[in-house]
Parts: sequence; structure tokens; C-alpha cells
Amino acid sequence: MKIFRTLSEKPWIPHPAGSEFLAKNYQKEIFIGRTALRFFISVVSVIFFLFTITFLTRSQFPDFQALAGEPWQPLSDASHLWLNTGALLISSIALHWAHVSARKNQLNGAIASVMIGAFFALLFLLGQILVWKQLIELGYYVASNPANSYFYLYTSVHGLHLLGGLFALAYVTLQLMKKNSLVTFSSSVRLCAVYWHFLLILWLFLFALLTSSTDTINIIAQLCGF
Amino acid sequence: MTHIAIADQPEEELHEPSSFVTKYIWSQDHKVIAIQYSITAIFVGLVALVLSGLMRLQLGFPDSFSFIDPSAYLQFVTMHGMIMVIYLLTALFLGGFGNYLIPLMIGARDMVFPYLNMLSYWVYLLAVIVLMASFFVPGGPTGAGWTLYPPQAILEGTPGAGGGILLMLISLAIFIVAFTMGGLNYVTTVLQARTKGMTLMRMPLSVWGIFIATILGLLAFPALLVSAIMMLLDMTVGTSFFMPAIVSLGEQLDYSGGSPILFQHLFWFFGHPEVYIVALPAFGIVSDVLSVHARKNIFGYRMMVWAIVIIGGLSFIVWAHHMYVSGMNPYFGFFFATTTLIIAVPTALKVYNWVLTLWRGNIHLTTAMLFAIGFIFTFTHGGLTGLFLGNVVIDLPLSDTYFVVAHFHMVMGVSPIMVLFAAIYHWFPKITGKHLHTGLGKAHFWVTFLGTYAIYLPMHYLGFLGVPRRYYAMGSTEFVPDSAQDLNASITVSALIVGVAQLIFIYNVIRSLRKGEKAESNPWGAASLEWQTPDTPPKHGNWGPALPVVYRWAYDYSVPTAKQDFIPQNMSEEEVERVDDSETSSTEGGEDVKNIGDEPVGDNP
Ligand code: HEM
Ligand SMILES: [Cu+2]
Repeated sequence: MKIFRTLSEKPWIPHPAGSEFLAKNYQKEIFIGRTALRFFISVVSVIFFLFTITFLTRSQFPDFQALAGEPWQPLSDASHLWLNTGALLISSIALHWAHVSARKNQLNGAIASVMIGAFFALLFLLGQILVWKQLIELGYYVASNPANSYFYLYTSVHGLHLLGGLFALAYVTLQLMKKNSLVTFSSSVRLCAVYWHFLLILWLFLFALLTSSTDTINIIAQLCGF
Repeated sequence: MTHIAIADQPEEELHEPSSFVTKYIWSQDHKVIAIQYSITAIFVGLVALVLSGLMRLQLGFPDSFSFIDPSAYLQFVTMHGMIMVIYLLTALFLGGFGNYLIPLMIGARDMVFPYLNMLSYWVYLLAVIVLMASFFVPGGPTGAGWTLYPPQAILEGTPGAGGGILLMLISLAIFIVAFTMGGLNYVTTVLQARTKGMTLMRMPLSVWGIFIATILGLLAFPALLVSAIMMLLDMTVGTSFFMPAIVSLGEQLDYSGGSPILFQHLFWFFGHPEVYIVALPAFGIVSDVLSVHARKNIFGYRMMVWAIVIIGGLSFIVWAHHMYVSGMNPYFGFFFATTTLIIAVPTALKVYNWVLTLWRGNIHLTTAMLFAIGFIFTFTHGGLTGLFLGNVVIDLPLSDTYFVVAHFHMVMGVSPIMVLFAAIYHWFPKITGKHLHTGLGKAHFWVTFLGTYAIYLPMHYLGFLGVPRRYYAMGSTEFVPDSAQDLNASITVSALIVGVAQLIFIYNVIRSLRKGEKAESNPWGAASLEWQTPDTPPKHGNWGPALPVVYRWAYDYSVPTAKQDFIPQNMSEEEVERVDDSETSSTEGGEDVKNIGDEPVGDNP
């Protein structure tokens, strides 16, 4: 593996012109953005990983009542969440499309896709808020059960990350208006698209976890050793 | 030159900031941001130092100070600990030295995201302001201990259970945001903005330490964030993540079923790597200082890098050694004791390598070197007591006594501070263009170093006696003899002397800034890149018109075939002045020239 090769270099042996040790031509903007995004995605993954660890631990206490499973539980009918998932999926695809159009030098296509992407992302956020409202109307308040607490916690932290992404997207689009360079736009909107895909996968995971029945959660927890 | 680095492209970065405000306040220059970070961190550090003085006054001379009541004592302990660990050490090593050194040492013009870097500082400042605000809210700052364990942290009866803990948690969350912005910058800069020829394995160990510590921070701070968010929710909206069913002050509270132990796991999953977030930069920096002032290459460079990486990895699987007394599966205790002892191996290896770097070196006892050598002592000392505490059976009786206080102050209190001073004395000429006064520096060192031992050695003994930590006063106990009080008084006197001695340092800095001896660009004869800048202090953009090109590692000191006793990293093989053949053949050991050229000075890792 590359990292092991790097770590076994012998830097104290001088080379005539240092040519063997030339760093590759790393210094391209696209690599910079990609590296930073990778680290950022790792950070966010760790946050959700830790939330999930606590979720599984907490689920093994007797007062935990999952939100789905039995017919009377609110998320047994997850149609609203499915709709939201659809919105996020479309948003994600649209951003990918924005990147593709920009690379093909189609300005209108790119702008339209970004707009569609942003619109459906906002729709997703709105949909999540509607689900909250529903839950509250049904009497599933944030503090009445740990499962509820986790639902609100997960969805709001996930939503905030999407909101942050929307700001980044707005910035990228403004840069396009200002500098009019489709090349830069294509690589930066690509980063947005990757982030969106990540948030989509993350959401699918949360969706599955939050709508699992008590039994399923117990099995997962057992498998993880809690 | 075909190679066009990102920073060489004519972008806005090269526009010199013109007004005072853009130059020193809203600056995007990593050097200015580093100094902003450092000044802020040192300022809060002084607050924490004063708090420790107040605690010591109470412990050394109980009942003499009416304004320190038990609540105030707990608040001092908590704020002292939290400020020292996070707002001083983490911020100063990464925000301060990380910011200053990374671009200069890898030959970049700036961080890759200068704007984000600036934002990182201002958000950090906000975190500090929120933290300081908690001194002024009704009820005062939190007194829950720096570990903030629930349920007591948010219950009535703990000092600062209202506004204090709220502001503490918010401030921590803000700090983590600031750190993440800075941290993304540091790792991306190290990975993507190195100059031509600067391979990873040619980076000075300072950069390696800061780099790996930043990765640790990026992966560990989320645990603190997660626990802070969940505790905030428990506190404000009444969820029961960490709060069990509980009766407080005779009243049944609305919580049920939460798990306080869960918080402890999360906290220490952050807390232990945090020790290394502070220690790894210190390891790196001290290696460079030792090597430069001993005029020898660092012993076992590769091993040092590996050790940093391995320690970084292992630091994520030892956290529960802080929880032996919290109750856990005995097999867990066994597991965590084992990993804790394993992490001592690469750590000990580093200590050996530092000592071997000094061995037969041409040691210059500059102030920086004194502090670096002082670090080897204090760190070894604290590390050895750590080996004891890592074992479950030894930890059980010693846990929560002054032995622990002595241990962690030696290993993560005093040692990183020693390195910070070494670093400041070492790089001050580059940062300001002025020399610090050597006499004052040495006085500062000896008082601090000897004072440290006067403070913490007796604490080990107090710990054996069973004196508990976080106690306002001992009351009457049978197992602690009265003479312990005399020891406490002497510790307090030493602590006050050490505290006041830091004024020597501050005076030295101010004096040198105003009328210090002017520093030439490379006063110590160091080989790493930051000393090769065209200007001292380096100007905006660091390198003038062209970026440096790197031909060698950062440790070519006393190369037998070279005329000068060091070869800068950016000096090509043709430029190096060699001694004549006749002279070399008479060098020690009589090896032939070619061999010496291949493997300079006795380093055979
Ligand atoms: C002259 C320097 C210092 C003195 C005199 C000092 C003194 C003290 C004292 C008296 C306590 C409270 C012990 C107790 O009652 O349990 C304490 C706690 C603590 N100190 Fe220091 N300290 C110093 C420097 C530092 C530094 C540089 C650090 C950085 C890591 C540090 C980190 C801590 C921590 C983490 C605690 C524990 C707080 C808690 O129990 O919640 N101290 N220190
Ligand atoms: Cu630890």
C-alpha cells in the first residue's frame, strides 16, 4: 500500500537532485477541495457513528419504545418519510447532473440542475419539519421517550448539515455568476454533489434505523455487543 | 519551471493587505492568525494560572481566605482544568504553532483556505468569550469538574448548574466548530500544498506531530460535540440521554432511564486522544529543537514518524482506563489495561531516541534547549507514573487522589508547557526578528523547572496518603497525618513562586519586542525551511517571488563531508561546499567518502 511505501522511505539518503523525491503535482485546486471534503465527510461520519452507538446502548434500557413496528406506532406508516427520501434523491441526482452539464459546457443545463437540486433539498427539509409536526400532534414529544428524542436529534443534525450544504451550493453558484467560469464551477459543484450523495446515504441509514421495530433494534444491538 | 503551485497562481492571495485592519485584525495571513491564536490562548492560560494559584492558596492555608468557599473552589478547579487543556494547550499548539509552522515548514505561501482559517480564529475567540462570560452569570461558572459528568453537572446543588454549565457546553461546541475549520485546513495544507521536493518523509517532525494530532482532533472532538449536544438537550428540553431517574433535593425529577456511564465513555473517547492532541505536537516540536541545538540529526527519524502514527492510532482504544472505578466488565478492564501498556512502547521509543539524539551531540544549552531537555525529564516522570495508573489494581486505590493530579500535571500539564516555552524561545527570532534575552530566559527556565518538581513531587506522596482530589478542605481524617498540611503549604509556596516567575517571561517578551537584539535570519543554524525565508520575520506570501525547492530532509546537521555544520533543506547537492578529500579521509572512523555521503552521521534505524 502507498502509505507503507511512503513510511518506509529513507529521507536521510541524499539524492543528486532530489528528483526521486518530487512530490507529485498535487497542487491543483480540485485535489485540495477533494481532500478537504474527504476529511469533512469523515468528521460527520464519526459524529453520526457516535450518535448511533449511544442510540444502540440507550435502546437496551427498558423505557425505550421504538417508533415503528406495531401498527399504532407513528412511523409504521412511513409514507411521508418515503416522500422526503424521494425529494432528497432527486436533489442528489440533480446536482450530479449539474456537474455533468457544466463539464459539457452547457450553462443553462447546469444552472437549471442546480436550481432543481436546491429546490428539492429545501422540499426535503420542509418535509422533515412536517413529519415533526405530525409527531407532535400525535403526542410524540421530544422528551417523552428516548426513541422520540433520537428521532428529533438525528433529523435535525442531518438537516443542519444539508442546510450547510445549501449555503455552500449558493456560494458556488454565485461564484459562477461572478467569474463565469464553467470549469471551476464543474469541479466545485462536483464536490457539492459528492456531499449530497453522502447525505443521502446517511439519510437512508438513519431512515432504516429510526423506522426499525424494537426487535430489529435489539438484534442489531446484540450483534454489536450491547 | 514547469511546476506551478497553487499559491503561485496570480490569485487574490498575492494582493498585499494594505490597511491596518486587513493586515492585523481581519487578516487571512497564517502568521498573523497564528499570533492572534497564541495571544488569546496565552491570555486565557493566565486566567487559568491565576485560578490554580487561588486553589493552592486555599489548600495551603485553609480558612485564611474568606472569598474562596467550597463552591468557588470547585468552580476554580473546573475552569482551570478545562481552560488549560482545551483553550490553552489545544489552541496554542494547533491554532498557534500549527498555523505558524505548517506553511513555512512545508514551503507553502499560506494555508489552502485562508478565509476559513481566519474564520476559525474568530470562532475560537467567540468560544473563549462565551466561556469567560460564564464567570459573570448568576451562579457563576460550572463546578462540575472538567469532566462534566452527569447527572451532577446539571443538577441543582452543583455550583453553576444553571447558566454556568449551559455556557460551558455551548462554548465547547463553538470551540469544536472552530477547531474543525482550522483542522481541515491543516491536514489539507500538509497533504496538498507541499512545495516541490517536500515529500511526506522529508517533513520536519514538528509538522508530523501537528498533522497527526490534527487528524486525532478531527476524529475525537466529535465525541465531545455529541456528548455536549446530548447533555444540552437533557438540560434544556428534558430528554433522558444521560439522566437516570433521580431524586434531587428531595424531589423526583422528570428524567428516567438515561445512562451516565454512556457519557463517560463518550467523554473519554474524546478525552484520551485529547491528551495526544496536546502531546504529539509537543513530541514533534521537541524533536526539532533537540536536533537543532545538539547539531545532530534526529536519531531514528523513521521510527519517530512511525511512533507518532502508531501512538495516534492506539490512542483511540485506551479511553476506558479513566473509568476503572466507574464499574465495567472485568475483561474490559483487562483489555484497556493491556492497550494502555502497549501504547507505552512507542512512547518509550521516542524518549530513547531523544536521549540518543543528545548523545555525543554538540549540545548548545540555549534557553530553548534547556526547556526541551526539561521536557524529557518531566515527561519521563509523568509517563512512568502513568504506567502504574494504567493497571487496574493499582489505579483502584490511587484513583481520585493527588497521585493522579501529580501524574497528569507532569505528563500533560507541565511537559507540553515546557515544549511550548522551548518552541517560543526557539522560533521567537523568526516570528519577531528579535532575540529574547538569554539570562532572563534561563532564570525563567530554572525557576519553572525546579518549581515544577517542588510542586508535583510531594503530590505523589500526598496521593499515597490518600488525600483526595477536588476537595476544598480535608476536614479531620485519621489516615492523613497533620504533617500533610505542611507539605500542602510548601506546595502552595512553590506554586506561587512558579506562577509569579511567568512574569519574567512576559517581561522578557515585551522587553525584547521593544529593544531586543536584532535577530539574523537563521540564528541557530537550522536546516528546516522556515529558517530559509528571504525576510525575517517572513513577509506576506512567505517566499518572495519563487517557492523554495527541497532537496533533502530537515536534519542534515554536522554532515562530515560538508564544510558548514548544517545543510539547509533547499540547498541542492551542487551548492553544498564539500571539504577536500584529504581532510575527509582523516575524519573519525576513517570510512571512505562515498559511504559517508550515502549514510550521513551514525543514524542506522
Ligand atoms: C503552576 C501550574 C499549575 C498549578 C499550580 C496547578 C494546580 C492545580 C490544582 C490545585 C488543581 C486541583 C486539584 C484538586 O483539587 O483536585 C488542578 C487541577 C487540574 N489541572 Fe492544574 N495546575 C497547574 C497547571 C496545569 C496545566 C498546565 C494543565 C494542563 C493540562 C492543568 C490541568 C489540570 C486539570 C485537567 C485539572 C483537573 C481539573 C478537575 O479535576 O476537574 N493544570 N491543578
Ligand atoms: Cu487516558
